[in-house]
Amino acid sequence: MISKNEIMETIDMVDREHLDIRTVTMGISLLSCARGSAKETARLCYDKICGRAQNIVKVSEELSKIYGIPIINKRVSVTPASLLTAAFCGEETVLAKALDDAAKECGVDFLGGYSALVHKGMTSAEKSFIESIPEALAATDRLCSSVNVGSSKSGINMNAVALMGKIVKRAAYLTRNKDGLGAAKLVVFCNAVEDNPFMAGAFHGIGEGETVINVGVSGPGVVHYALKNRKDATIDEISEIIKKTAFKITRAGALIAREAAERLGAEFGIVDLSLAPTPVMGDSVAHILEEMGLMSVGAHGTTAALALLNDAVKKGGVMASSSVGGLSGAFIPVSEDIGMINAANIGAIDINKLEAMTAVCSVGIDMVAIAGDTPETTISGIIADEAAIGMINNKTTAVRVIPVPDKKVGDTVKFGGLLGEAPIMKVSPYDCSGFIGRGGRISAPIHSNKN
Amino acid sequence: MKAIVTVIGKDKPGIIARVAADLAERAVNIEDISQTVVQGNFTMIMLCKLPENLSVSELAEDMSVSGEKIGVSVHVQHEDIFNAMHKI
Repeated sequence: MISKNEIMETIDMVDREHLDIRTVTMGISLLSCARGSAKETARLCYDKICGRAQNIVKVSEELSKIYGIPIINKRVSVTPASLLTAAFCGEETVLAKALDDAAKECGVDFLGGYSALVHKGMTSAEKSFIESIPEALAATDRLCSSVNVGSSKSGINMNAVALMGKIVKRAAYLTRNKDGLGAAKLVVFCNAVEDNPFMAGAFHGIGEGETVINVGVSGPGVVHYALKNRKDATIDEISEIIKKTAFKITRAGALIAREAAERLGAEFGIVDLSLAPTPVMGDSVAHILEEMGLMSVGAHGTTAALALLNDAVKKGGVMASSSVGGLSGAFIPVSEDIGMINAANIGAIDINKLEAMTAVCSVGIDMVAIAGDTPETTISGIIADEAAIGMINNKTTAVRVIPVPDKKVGDTVKFGGLLGEAPIMKVSPYDCSGFIGRGGRISAPIHSNKN
Repeated sequence: MKAIVTVIGKDKPGIIARVAADLAERAVNIEDISQTVVQGNFTMIMLCKLPENLSVSELAEDMSVSGEKIGVSVHVQHEDIFNAMHKI
């Protein structure tokens, strides 16, 4: 029999420490739906998504009741849509609206995969697709988009980086009545992963099967609480505590993922153990770092503390399940983390420190609001820097910045819900358009003689 | 199917009687039970066997309502979640 303490530990994790399954995401291949016309392709995609994902909400709610663990989001990710739209350039938004309609019909929170993979080169059809992203995001509610502009194998496509600066800015502009919300649903990746269940960057990779269930588990509050009771712990002991906590959380996620896959007639894909914060008190990654002894996130030592956290989370997760994948690690989205918001408000953290932190944790410059008049080329510069960190270090990096129309440094933007709020952050005022304007490709890095 | 029922709340007379009666009414058998009161806080953990025609989620809903009536929090969870999280 399980001990009383173990039972109470699980109950406390859920009731007091915000343990939850952040998302059950169904990946659906839409490759079989590609046709010559936008209308026909859109219809087939809608039908396939509705057929496969019609029970995802019902099943997730049932599992949540059986195991007593909240499942916050139910989502769908699909084949990168640019693979389906080559035959009808200029009409891509027809598909975007059909995907959004399917998401609404199934009752899922978000649908990801309005995406393109252009890390080495970009066809004219892919360029047309990427140019449709701002309109697609403005015309839909639940659609999420991502573009992969670089990889460690192929280098960085600087033409795509230059284009994405414009696209991010336009996505914000077209949703200016919602403080640029469109840009919050658009991620620019280097080394994008094919089985990520988290939004806005989820898509169903072309190496994936027909229908797959990927589960994203969270729990910054659980890790924070575990450390709170151990003020005297050495760094080694902190690592052990995090590993053990990550193990338990991952086990819960794997159980739900296997059950969900079986009940939905899909393959079990991966468990993504990411410490994903929410703006709620007690659900912050920044507070974990501060619990380790930093006065505020952003202090010297933050990068080291984050590296320790990220690595220990992965080690605990890998011990718990052979199917750990996705982004697994710690997320540092500024507007979605109450500790990050506070640090940004008092000036303890800036975009430069965030960039350094992204070298050692999951993803990158995430949910950072910047002034609406930030030049497109400066946004491309931020993307290029992040992509370079990912490319050289063989890790996923991403940029999700929101150039909020009509807002300036010192203002605050409120997106609401899980997306939270953030002060407008200062970016470098120095111009990089000469570098971005050159075009071409940064070639793949050498993987020996590393210094 | 086996489930863990936990009851947490402020101590008062009749909590065990009420919870046990509600379980018995649904033909749920209590196989193991442990209960303590620390500083006025009542905690009870029960290992229960459910009849074949009763699902964990149905029992969870019913017992949550029962708990509300007497001012305690009642969780019903499939035992597998505890095995998954705490056993290697």
